[in-house]
Amino acid sequence: MIELEGLTKRYGGKMAVNDLTFTVRPGIVTGFLGPNGAGKSTTMRMMLGLDRPTAGDVRIDGKHYDQLKDPLTYIGALLDAKAVHGGRSAFNHLLCLAQSNGIPRARVHEVLDTVGLTAVARKKAKGFSLGMGQRLGIAAALLGDPRILMFDEPVNGLDPEGIHWIRTLMKSLAAQGRTVFVSSHLMSEMALTADHLVVIGQGRLLADTSMADFIARNSRSYVRVRTPQRERLLDVLHEAGVTVVEAGGGALEVDGGKAEQLGELAARHGVVLHELSPQQASLEEAFMQLTAESVEYHAHSDAPSAPQWGDDWKKG
Amino acid sequence: MAVTQVVRSEWTKIRSVASTVWTLSLAVVVTIALGMLISALSKNEFDSMSRRDRLSFDPTFISFAGMSLGQLAMIVFGVLVVSNEYSTGMIRTSLAAVPQRASFLLSKIAVATGLALVVALATSFAAFFLGQAMLGPHRAQIGDPGVLRAVIGGGLYMTLIAVFSMGVATMLRSPMLSLGILMPFFFLISTILGNVSATKKVGRYLPDQAGSKIMQVVTPLDDDTPYGPWGGLGIMGLWVLAALLGGLVLLKKRDA
Repeated sequence: MIELEGLTKRYGGKMAVNDLTFTVRPGIVTGFLGPNGAGKSTTMRMMLGLDRPTAGDVRIDGKHYDQLKDPLTYIGALLDAKAVHGGRSAFNHLLCLAQSNGIPRARVHEVLDTVGLTAVARKKAKGFSLGMGQRLGIAAALLGDPRILMFDEPVNGLDPEGIHWIRTLMKSLAAQGRTVFVSSHLMSEMALTADHLVVIGQGRLLADTSMADFIARNSRSYVRVRTPQRERLLDVLHEAGVTVVEAGGGALEVDGGKAEQLGELAARHGVVLHELSPQQASLEEAFMQLTAESVEYHAHSDAPSAPQWGDDWKKG
Repeated sequence: MAVTQVVRSEWTKIRSVASTVWTLSLAVVVTIALGMLISALSKNEFDSMSRRDRLSFDPTFISFAGMSLGQLAMIVFGVLVVSNEYSTGMIRTSLAAVPQRASFLLSKIAVATGLALVVALATSFAAFFLGQAMLGPHRAQIGDPGVLRAVIGGGLYMTLIAVFSMGVATMLRSPMLSLGILMPFFFLISTILGNVSATKKVGRYLPDQAGSKIMQVVTPLDDDTPYGPWGGLGIMGLWVLAALLGGLVLLKKRDA
């Protein structure tokens, strides 16, 4: 269990993390979602006692990080897979971490096996691919067999096979009753792995909700209708007791309606339709709406209100 | 957090990177080889020296001449041991494993200092005996008064140079910045200050000039240095202590 209370970090005049209060519970995967630069990594560094909070408090199983005896046996973290001395072998990298926390040498071989790096254990880390580096970082997190695991953007730069492996790993760790806290800037990724969702933007808490709730609340399905006989259709729909929302570009949107019923209704009244299409608002859209105001680095495009969502974002 | 665990971990770190081996071997080879060369040259020159120069001829000190260059490799060793953590980002992984920053830094420095001391003492003895062999009839014996002190002192001097560099690197974090300040400081600035009469009095309180007094057996004729060999090493020790304290305070205060 990780508890944050009023956690705040200010760099100069800039609030990186602003009064965050939430709890990460065991037995589930908690997704930590926010656009790049939202303060996810800063929050995670404060959880590990690397950065000192300006105000507020983080507790790991009720204790401050530096009060934990052999902290790697309480909490394992993957912050930055590249944070490894490139000249050191994977085995020695894990060995020095194990020794500092009194973890037996045999455990190093175990985790190397778990992440599938046994064959390259004696190779220098600088020759590792991004995926191998990520696996080494995960091996380090698993080293102390901790009850809490924390991963910062673990799927970044991985191939589909690696992504699948990490998703399965996180779910199985949670199923063993561990606390799993994983950050991402991709809603689609979270929808596949997380049971609970904490969303932040510009350092502030925007949502703390179960994934199921978030989906139920935000995935709106509707039917889009386009017709040259606009007034006529509105009358027909009004008589049938169907509510209509005006959409842009002359289209109408019918919430929760079935395309078949609407088509038959229009045919019965002889209304010409140019479009009749069922639509589903994606979670990504819902997330974008939620964070739209807090997005820090808007991509420059002709439509200033719609930020680009993708890889072209600068990592903050 | 048992300190022995952290010390063992730091030993694994230091023995598992190539830079440890090449910096220390370079220190050994350069110090000994240059010491031998200068000893051989001094032997040939002895006959043409003035009476005055012959009186202050210090065969022990001459065999340590290679240290002026060998200490640069010790500086690189000291800087890399600490700044490797920062340049690779390993520091975050390390401090997450050992959140007690004082134990982390002191264990790291203890391990690196122990290793440097063993290498430096061996180097100092080798430089002395091989240098004396080159000096032929003008050589000093290890049993002569003050000679053993100078040879052990030579090892201590090189070790302290490395520890001073570790402290500076902890404060500055960047290897380039640390080397960029330490190299010219020891190789140029200290020498210049020591040779200009106006700044000489200041220069002799710099760590390397004060520390190297321990390697002198024969005092130069017009020497008016206000401290003896151990006093000089003590002054150097104070510099080292200040660098370590500065590093420790900054490490504890800063975000990793």
